[in-house]
Amino acid sequence: MGSSMTRGDIESLATDFYDLLESFKHAPFYHISFEIFLVLAVIWLVFFRKPRAIEKKLTEREKQELIDEWQPEPLVPPVDPNHPALNVRVLDGIVGKTVEIDGKKSLNFATFNFLNFVGNSRISEKAIQAVQKYGVGSCGPRGFYGTIDIHLELEERLAKFFNCEEGIIYSYGFSTIASIIPAYSKRNDILFVDEGVHYAIQKGVEASRSHVKWFKHNDIQDLERLLAEQEVLDKKNPKKARTIRRFLIIEGLYVNYGDICPLPRMVELKYKYKYRIFIDESVSFGTIGQTGRGVTEYYDIDRQKIDLISSSLEYSIGSIGGFAVGSSFVVDHQRLSAQGYCFSASLPPLLAAAAIEALNIMEEQSTPLFETIMSKSKRLHKKLLSIKGYSVMGDEISPLKHLRLANALNTIGRLEEIVQFAQTRDITITVARYLTDEHLLPEPSIRLILNVEMTDEELEFLCTVLQEALVKVTS
Amino acid sequence: MSNYQTNKPGDDNNRTSDHRNREEFEETPTWAAVVTVLGYAILSALGWLRDFLRHIGLEEKRTAHDPNPKDFVPLYQSYECFYTRNLYTRIRDVFNQPIASVAGAKVHVMERVSDDYNWTFKFSGKKIPSINLGSYNYLGFAENQGPCSEQAIKSIETYAVTTCSTRHELGHQRYVKELESLMAEYLNVEDCIAFGMGFATNALNIPTLAGKGDLILSDKLNHVSLILGARLSGATIRTFNHNDMKDLEAHLRKAIISGQPRTCRPWKKILIIVEGVYSMEGSLCKLPEIIELKKKYKAYLYVDEAHSIGAIGSRGRGVVDYWKVDPNDIEIHMGTFTKSFGSAGGYIAGKKNIIDYIRVSSHSACYSSSMSAPIVQQIISALSIIMGRDGTNDGQKRIQQLACNVRYFRRQLVDMGFIVYGNNNSPVVPVMLFMPAKIAAVNREMLKRDCAVVTVGFPATLLTESRVRFCISAGHTKEMLDHALKAMDEVGHLVSLRYSKKNPHHRWVELDHADYDKEYTS
Repeated sequence: MGSSMTRGDIESLATDFYDLLESFKHAPFYHISFEIFLVLAVIWLVFFRKPRAIEKKLTEREKQELIDEWQPEPLVPPVDPNHPALNVRVLDGIVGKTVEIDGKKSLNFATFNFLNFVGNSRISEKAIQAVQKYGVGSCGPRGFYGTIDIHLELEERLAKFFNCEEGIIYSYGFSTIASIIPAYSKRNDILFVDEGVHYAIQKGVEASRSHVKWFKHNDIQDLERLLAEQEVLDKKNPKKARTIRRFLIIEGLYVNYGDICPLPRMVELKYKYKYRIFIDESVSFGTIGQTGRGVTEYYDIDRQKIDLISSSLEYSIGSIGGFAVGSSFVVDHQRLSAQGYCFSASLPPLLAAAAIEALNIMEEQSTPLFETIMSKSKRLHKKLLSIKGYSVMGDEISPLKHLRLANALNTIGRLEEIVQFAQTRDITITVARYLTDEHLLPEPSIRLILNVEMTDEELEFLCTVLQEALVKVTS
Repeated sequence: MSNYQTNKPGDDNNRTSDHRNREEFEETPTWAAVVTVLGYAILSALGWLRDFLRHIGLEEKRTAHDPNPKDFVPLYQSYECFYTRNLYTRIRDVFNQPIASVAGAKVHVMERVSDDYNWTFKFSGKKIPSINLGSYNYLGFAENQGPCSEQAIKSIETYAVTTCSTRHELGHQRYVKELESLMAEYLNVEDCIAFGMGFATNALNIPTLAGKGDLILSDKLNHVSLILGARLSGATIRTFNHNDMKDLEAHLRKAIISGQPRTCRPWKKILIIVEGVYSMEGSLCKLPEIIELKKKYKAYLYVDEAHSIGAIGSRGRGVVDYWKVDPNDIEIHMGTFTKSFGSAGGYIAGKKNIIDYIRVSSHSACYSSSMSAPIVQQIISALSIIMGRDGTNDGQKRIQQLACNVRYFRRQLVDMGFIVYGNNNSPVVPVMLFMPAKIAAVNREMLKRDCAVVTVGFPATLLTESRVRFCISAGHTKEMLDHALKAMDEVGHLVSLRYSKKNPHHRWVELDHADYDKEYTS
């Protein structure tokens, strides 16, 4: 049929087209612009308009039905009544070198009482005097008549002890580092954090909303790799790089692992990659170093190179609360920006008095005390290593060690059995407890803590009991 | 411009339009707002000028220097510290004032002098005995003598100052169990758990209760700890206007009807967070209405009674007692021991299954040290006194004395022509100053007259709403309050604080004891 076009058709098309063009030449301007506008409108409608969401125009009845039908989840999920947290031991008396549970006294290797200051008569005496002068509570935040002269004294003493310009104290150990990190590091900043840090640091990091780069625990090569990667990104956009602050968050002695951070190399890298170092010395303060001044003393590093040292008063010092020391430039900022400092009641004066007296004792006893604790830690480490069937985590001079069962036997159930067995032999130890939403949940372990007043016989007894427990559990 | 609802009797429904709900938030006079903004503008302009002078070297830079090399990224942006450098430092002497005695009804403020306009301070050695209108000491338990401190001292001898262990690991002391059961009885709920810090109680426990997929409806003026807790939880947060029940209802309806943003999935649960007494406004939450709404829309309620426990209610049991509602209608009762009990720490109370869950999964219980013995003993002693367990009626007397002091002080201030915010029964009494310079002037002048007060401005409050906030205590006698009122009258005249247009006002006249007894104590 006529599917192909004849020459005449083509000619007539061409003529039509020519006429069209001619008509354009003669058409008034408004006509042409209107045509162009219509064409553009069609193109926009077809390609660019976002389909508008169909708005819910519900009737009142439908809305009420939705409200009636909605069922919330229960506020909390059900809890196993046998969970250990609901069946904790009840303690009596002073929890010092020995602890009384259900009327029986046992040797205490479970509390962070490194220097045996719990129950120290001098400290208790000072606390009592503080209650007689100041009462118990401080009744206000630091900004509103909650600053008591004893707080100022403690801050000065801590700064002097560390040979830093300024110190600042907090009323709760957990809140210390958790408030410090968000005070400096904001949304655009970068945090290089060791994976093995404890939970309070993880919460501080979360609260800061910064970019976090986790590096493998105590792995300097991994840290260098991350720093080098960041440097490459910085070179691509140097203007932006000049506004991003960088921080390295580490612990002096890790609570979850018992090992010491490789600080010297980290300080070298600090000047190469231009980041600031915040160390949390909760465990290493009062346990490591010739005079108990922590990892900076242990490695003989100038404390001016560390931007901020934070620590807890709840471990060696035997009080409650936390503190941070550093240069005035860094520390003073917290007085207006750290939420746990500004918006919380200040430390009760009796706890500050206890901390000051503990510092006095630390300064008086100085080197002999810390040499003792380091050498006892080494001896305990050796003894534990000699028990076949356990693997011991932690540095040899660390008074905090993690004990695991060797091979694949390491389960919480078996460790709990060991703890219970030890309790029957009057040794109190504990399985390290973590919440399930830790960034890197450590493997189950028993956390052994050395008290400086433990004698060699007592350490020997501990090892004997651990050996017997091992036999019982693996048979 | 006031942001709050002012209640008039006859408003809303009959339940809350009685005297318990009488709250006043008089509008800011327009001229005051204008002058305040102008004041900040002048201060800012001067600040820029001074910064410029420092930059070119004409003026000495007094802020501390970064010990790191210059090529490090600056730790603080210059504009972040603008406020601190140029506005805050000018009046720094009125904040963080140290004291050298117990923070009771009277306190010794340590005098500080500065040679360099508040950049550094030196102590002159002088201690100024003043009436303490700034510390949170509602029931007067901040005492260094008496049964509470004696028992606290005994507990130090028996249990030492601390245990150095967390709850999950070694366990807890017997006295902690005693405290928790006593507190549960006090609040008339099933169970209670105590923590070592009030701020951390909120910040670390809200994440265990809410998470992704949940909605938190938070009052606009909630405390920082509640906001931090809500943020850390990962839930969606929406704020409703302060104490505005219509706005809250609108949010609830919208949330249930529309579901989660984008996916339109229904919310897993809705948590309403309010405070009992708001510490900057002095207002009380409208608990009966909130409970009605929460029942209607099946939401859960979290009430932070930091400032109201012990201080409000005929038996000192907080807003639940004040409004006479059923404690079981509120899922989470939270509060602190710092204010009315003269100690430290916080608690969460409610049904046993909720408290058990918190025991198992709370960050505080797992990682923080157990509470210290004397701290806990102080709370137990204070609770025993309030509940009358010690065999005296000292507790009830304190509660009544506080209520009486609050009514008297507020009424006298209002009669003097000041704008006083808040509920008539709230022990937190904010008096408006508006202008920034008055923050310093009022504080300094009151201290000269032996009254230690707290003045706050931006950023703790809105820009135009600086105020002086009095905290009344049961430990204040009529003489002390009269002294403070006389001082306030003089200062108010000196600094022009009589803004109120609503009430006729007059200079302060001392009320004699007979009239006072007739009107306030009977």
